[in-house]
Amino acid sequence: MRDYGAALASADTVSVADSSDVVSARQMVRTLAQRSGMSLVHQTKLVTAASELGRNMLVYGGGGVVRAATITEAERCGVYVEFEDRGPGIADIELALTDGWTSGSGMGLGLSGAKRLVDEFDISSGPDGTTVRILKWGR
Amino acid sequence: MTTDSKLPLLVETLTAQRDAFLSQWTRTVGEDLQGRLSLAELGRELGELYESILRALTGGDLDSHGENFAETRSLLIELSRNRARQGFTPTETARSVFSLKEVLEPTLTSDEKGAQQYLQFARLLDDLGLLTTEAYVRTREEIISAQAEQLLELSTPVVKLWDGVVGVPLVGTLDSARTQVVMEKLLQTLVDSDSTHAIIDITGVPTVDTQVAQHLLKTVVAARMMGAQCTISGIRPQIAQTIVALGIEFGDIPTNASLSDALRQALKEVAEDATEEIRGLL
Repeated sequence: MRDYGAALASADTVSVADSSDVVSARQMVRTLAQRSGMSLVHQTKLVTAASELGRNMLVYGGGGVVRAATITEAERCGVYVEFEDRGPGIADIELALTDGWTSGSGMGLGLSGAKRLVDEFDISSGPDGTTVRILKWGR
Repeated sequence: MTTDSKLPLLVETLTAQRDAFLSQWTRTVGEDLQGRLSLAELGRELGELYESILRALTGGDLDSHGENFAETRSLLIELSRNRARQGFTPTETARSVFSLKEVLEPTLTSDEKGAQQYLQFARLLDDLGLLTTEAYVRTREEIISAQAEQLLELSTPVVKLWDGVVGVPLVGTLDSARTQVVMEKLLQTLVDSDSTHAIIDITGVPTVDTQVAQHLLKTVVAARMMGAQCTISGIRPQIAQTIVALGIEFGDIPTNASLSDALRQALKEVAEDATEEIRGLL
């Protein structure tokens, strides 16, 4: 995945510390998706992915920060979202991305499902935290 | 008057001109609140406060968090709670305390010693003013969380759609707390209304992620354990595509695009059940 860090200069930010913050983060992403003219299906997919990753961050990473920005390129427009937590990190990312595998009580589809819902997906994790970056292009 | 006070002059003045100060304080605060609180009530409130501050000052220590001011603090917290409930602003609430400064200023600042004591007292009043704001905010938070709870109750109705068919129209976010309320209400209504079919409608749920899906599945399984047929309706096209992409499987749980389809299906099944029952009797 390309580095979209520059776009974050004008990013909206929500810090996630409890489950109502996940709703706020979701609303922020939905607003950006609507503004970039995304179709309803794409909007819903992106917002759902943001919901999964935001909740993962809360449940497994002890909360963190969600940043989102719109990306405009020559002929397309998209939304970039970054989830950063300072949790213990994911020991085995490949395993975590396997359908049906969970270290908690969920369905084990959040991370892998979120990856399927967006166009670009990148995850990096270490002992001092996890960062997930996603991008969804408009139609 | 014998006193351990660090501010003997202040205590003396406050005692000597008690009535004048108190009535002016009441008047100042009364103007701020613009008659939304009766002067008599205000006078009583501030009178108690005045006495407790005076008693605390006589005791010596000037620490607003100290033992001496315990009574003052509880009076102030009570006052803030009332103001918050009556819809006054935090500024109006804090001004009730700060305006005592205005009242005392002309009298005390005429000589150096008085001014010094006035400044120390003003610092104390600042602390007490902050305390009211804190108590005010806490009360508002309590009110908000109480309302959130009420909303939770309100937003999860279980309605009887037909003889033997109940519906649960879900609107908004479905978190664990709400799922619990929905499940309890649904299961109880199934028993109370002797229903065999339940339709959970998610038209009003904007995002169906794995957590929402898991909650829905649990609710359906619980309803099934009680012998009820459970349908999930209101699955819009974008939600269907998202659920498929996420990889969630609803298994053999019947789903429908609209509530009316689900109701038609349920009615058909109810009718079939009824015919079978009659045949059984014959």
